[in-house]
Amino acid sequence: MGTMTKKDIIQKVHNKLGYSKKDSAILVEQVFEIIKENLAHGGKIKISGFGSFAVKEKQAQRGRNPQTGEEIEIGSRKVLTFKPSQVLRKDLNS
Amino acid sequence: MNKSELIDALSKKENLTERQATDVVNLIFKGFNDELKKGGRIEIRGFGSFVVRDYGSYTGRNPKTGGTIQVAPKKLPFFKVGKELKERVNIK
Repeated sequence: MGTMTKKDIIQKVHNKLGYSKKDSAILVEQVFEIIKENLAHGGKIKISGFGSFAVKEKQAQRGRNPQTGEEIEIGSRKVLTFKPSQVLRKDLNS
Repeated sequence: MNKSELIDALSKKENLTERQATDVVNLIFKGFNDELKKGGRIEIRGFGSFVVRDYGSYTGRNPKTGGTIQVAPKKLPFFKVGKELKERVNIK
């Protein structure tokens, strides 16, 4: 099974919506840029029918270097989580 | 930000009509759904990648009643955040 990349999406926008390849690329890039910009500012993105992306704050924790056994401090950080929509979950299991 | 706000932002930035911006956004996410449904993988540079993982059947518990239940095998999409976005989200 192949991997769908931005190139495939751009091709699809070009084929189905009739924009030039160059314009299709700009549009697709822009969609992801808007999403990234929003998430970078701590926002939440909810795409109905697909899922939602949210930034979660992870507390600092003590960890260990598995190779040396040495104790290390893992600082607090922000991580991005994805929660699939019910529609997508159902689609995958139908 | 929900889908209509995303559509709105796209139409403003790229001078598209509401209809045109809707078509672009829908095509992208409908394409994602279709690809994952086929069991495919999606990789968007700078954003992240999606894969479908298979989870086998297991015996679980109903947390309310404590009774055991058999959970059917299922497929779930999994998102791995891309390097660029991971860094942008975590800027202090």
